Amino acid sequence: MSSMNSVGRPTAPSPHQPTHDYKHPTLTGGRGLLQDEHLIFESDGWGKTGVDLPEPKTDGSDLGDLVRKDPIGLPGLSEPETMRHYVRLSQKNHAIDLAIYPLGSCTMKHNPRLNEKMARLPGFSDIHPLQPVSTVQGALELMDQLAHWLKTLTGMPAVALSPKAGAHGELCGLMAIRAAHEAKGEHEQRRKVLVPTSAHGTNPATAAFVGYSVVEVAQTDDGRVDVADLAAKLGPDVAAIMVTNPNTCGLFERDILEISRLTHAAGAYFYCDGANFNAIVGRVRPGDLGVDAMHINLHKTFSTPHGGGGPGAGPVVLSEALAPFAPAPWVVHDANGYRLVEREEDEAAQAFGRLCAFQGQMGMYVRALSYMMSHGSDGLRQVAEDAVLNANYIKARLSDLMSPAFPDGPCMHEALFDDEWLKGTEITTLDFAKAMIDEGFHPMTMYFPLVVHGAMLIEPTETESKQELDRFIEAMRLLAQAAKAGDVDRFKGAPFHAPLRRLDETRAARSPVLRWTAPEGSNIAAE
Amino acid sequence: MRYLPLTPDDRAAMLTAIGAKSIDDLFVDVPEAARREGFVDLPRVAGELEVERALSAMAGKNAAAGSVPFFCGAGAYKHHVPATVDHVIQRSEFLTSYTPYQPEIAQGTLQYLYEFQTQVANLTGMPVANASLYDGSTAMAEGVLMATRVTRRNKAVISGGVHPHYVRATETVVHAVGVETEALAAAVDAEAAVIDAIDKDTACVVVQTPNVFGTATDVTKIAEAAHAAGALLIVVVTEAVSMGLLKSPGEMGADIVAAEGQSIGNALNFGGPYVGLFACREKLIRQMPGRLTGETVDADGERGFVLTLSTREQHIRRDKATSNICTNSGLCTLAFTIHMSLLGETGLRKLALLNHEKALATRDALAAIPGVEVLTPRFFNEFAIKLPKNAAEVVDTLAAHHVLAGVPYSRLAPEAGMDDVLLVAATETTLDHDIKFLAGALRKVLAA
Repeated sequence: MSSMNSVGRPTAPSPHQPTHDYKHPTLTGGRGLLQDEHLIFESDGWGKTGVDLPEPKTDGSDLGDLVRKDPIGLPGLSEPETMRHYVRLSQKNHAIDLAIYPLGSCTMKHNPRLNEKMARLPGFSDIHPLQPVSTVQGALELMDQLAHWLKTLTGMPAVALSPKAGAHGELCGLMAIRAAHEAKGEHEQRRKVLVPTSAHGTNPATAAFVGYSVVEVAQTDDGRVDVADLAAKLGPDVAAIMVTNPNTCGLFERDILEISRLTHAAGAYFYCDGANFNAIVGRVRPGDLGVDAMHINLHKTFSTPHGGGGPGAGPVVLSEALAPFAPAPWVVHDANGYRLVEREEDEAAQAFGRLCAFQGQMGMYVRALSYMMSHGSDGLRQVAEDAVLNANYIKARLSDLMSPAFPDGPCMHEALFDDEWLKGTEITTLDFAKAMIDEGFHPMTMYFPLVVHGAMLIEPTETESKQELDRFIEAMRLLAQAAKAGDVDRFKGAPFHAPLRRLDETRAARSPVLRWTAPEGSNIAAE
Repeated sequence: MRYLPLTPDDRAAMLTAIGAKSIDDLFVDVPEAARREGFVDLPRVAGELEVERALSAMAGKNAAAGSVPFFCGAGAYKHHVPATVDHVIQRSEFLTSYTPYQPEIAQGTLQYLYEFQTQVANLTGMPVANASLYDGSTAMAEGVLMATRVTRRNKAVISGGVHPHYVRATETVVHAVGVETEALAAAVDAEAAVIDAIDKDTACVVVQTPNVFGTATDVTKIAEAAHAAGALLIVVVTEAVSMGLLKSPGEMGADIVAAEGQSIGNALNFGGPYVGLFACREKLIRQMPGRLTGETVDADGERGFVLTLSTREQHIRRDKATSNICTNSGLCTLAFTIHMSLLGETGLRKLALLNHEKALATRDALAAIPGVEVLTPRFFNEFAIKLPKNAAEVVDTLAAHHVLAGVPYSRLAPEAGMDDVLLVAATETTLDHDIKFLAGALRKVLAA
């Protein structure tokens, strides 16, 4: 990044300028375009409303003592006040639409607006989950189409659509595995699930949630599953392995075929965490790797918006061995059209049950299918290639200044660095991340995977242009040089330029304040 | 492809910078046997217009709720959502942001989650609420598991008034960890049988109000009985607007509330995404599932918000976590929060009364039809009727006449032997004309 842009204005504070003096407090708390915005509970909206409704013709007296009498504690705002409040809040968020959002493991790619438009068609958004199936044939057709795309892309024979997020998909997969062992009379003996140390936290949490004990599998020095350790731990007491591939170090498990062979030979099933499917979509089919169950985060690979933490969707593809255990409901297509099997015992005695009240995340299905149809099989293959290319480009351009955790060979869709290169600088991964915020970037994933010290996991995704990548790389390089040059304050005090300075997370956890309450002496009722 | 910014020249330059000859060099770790040449057998790239045509054709085959007289409920309700809500949730900064793990650049999300938690706590009458779960049914399952952790007991007593899909979703998950459930027989007044089922092994009692038949009940006595036996009371609410008119679960002694928030701010969406509301007593917060937003200060002493108490969660505690949940219902909570901010207490109470009014009018119209018996004595916006014919067949016949008359109970629980029971819901969106149309059509079908 040069110090002047093409029209001659400074583009960034000079690295030698003491940045912690940059923030001169304003008189109001507002700062330029950033408004100091109170909570709605601190507004003067008590008693107001932003909707115009007709006067009800009943007072609810027929309900007698069931009627709620005490104040509820809900302020209301007029429409302009509401709009302004939430728009002001929105301006305090980083977003993909503002700049690269390189959170490793999260696949923060562009969210196409066509998907939003399609999901809002009344024929999809304004239909009830329990309408007669004759009135929702198009919705069932869409689910059937989505299933077809997911099965074809993964090379798997079946898919359970209903899980509502990745972790919910893991639950679905492990429940299917458990049901399969029960059907074989082996559940009582198979009570362990093997999970590599590099796994997402949801993997061991899900295994434990379903009642399994978790056994960790070691990792080799080159960032892969230690096959010898896996082989030693596999046995008649193991129900499943849960392996992420490409793994959380951003590497493809070279021995994946041997891993699945050993797993099946031991009578266990292979659960694959599909969080990183974006790296291989259209180029590698998990079905060809011996996978028995894999969730697909539609909010990662298939671009449905993350929305500040959901809603997601986590359909699970299943092998022949696990397909009979898939939960209700599912769509059947026959000569009479589409129908929905809602009671598993009607048609499949082995189905393990039901995971949620209705059909899952229909709104996400529409967006994901819109995305897949837009790309087509050729575009999706290009997605994987560009995602991997972008990550390797970042790795190549930063490896002279930062320390890649696994320097040998290519990475997949994310580049992983450790904090070896920060040794002796007093600067931690966290400090470095907060300084990135000052430069206008969202930090990479920090301290994950746990197997790499001070991990920095960078996933650019395929929707970043080379220009944006170069801008990001240049900022990272300037920061790395500043760190090595001993510009410690820049990092320790960061961020200086964000809507807020570094937040005290310890204080929040020590004495939790989880809701607004009326100040003492006020006449506002809040509970 | 319109979403892919790299040009062939970019790709070539980047490969050179990497020191790779071709893209295949970057996939060398994939075993040869698993490498696929060429494209999978699916259609090729499609323009916006083509995709829009194909999907619009599918959407066109569905009968949208807004296009017909519409009376379906049973856990999903058609309400009017103000235009502001859908506009704001599509702002890039909300739509395209991630979970607020870097709080300094996610105060927008964190502050609305804090507002959401406060709104939900106040609406349910509970001290604390989390930042949402997937939906009401998964919230109920999490509530039961939480109750077993708190009480160190192993059995849940589930009222026969709880939505059968909620019961099934809960049983599926909790049975896997060895938690027993005693699901009581379905009945319009099922709550009456709950107290007798409580014993010293009971971790929790789960009741729904209004229940799946629409019955609104004061569950205070059940709370007292549960507490006397050392058990917790979980109150399930599938229609969040009802809490604008009816006594709150907190007021009636609930320890945990598991509710569906779809009714506020969110469309029907054929069942999802929805938003699970989860609230509890203060002393239970460290056993709570899901994300929590808390207040703190920044380095300059300014107020700010962060995700907190994450030592309960999977990314820290791994196999010792209180739940495996990670992603929740972020954007749906925002929709809830904005709609609730527009309503305010004044608007919510009015909205609730309008729902009740329309349901009373619908009941009166249907009760006048020969052969129809209204089963639910006191209800909010939904009630059950008994028909002289199979309810599912009647609903299908009425659908062919462009009226969606409600949900046959047999669709939820075919084994209950209530094939003649129909659940009918009305909301503020119901027109007098819709009610007349339904009554007229039903009268004809029953007379035929």
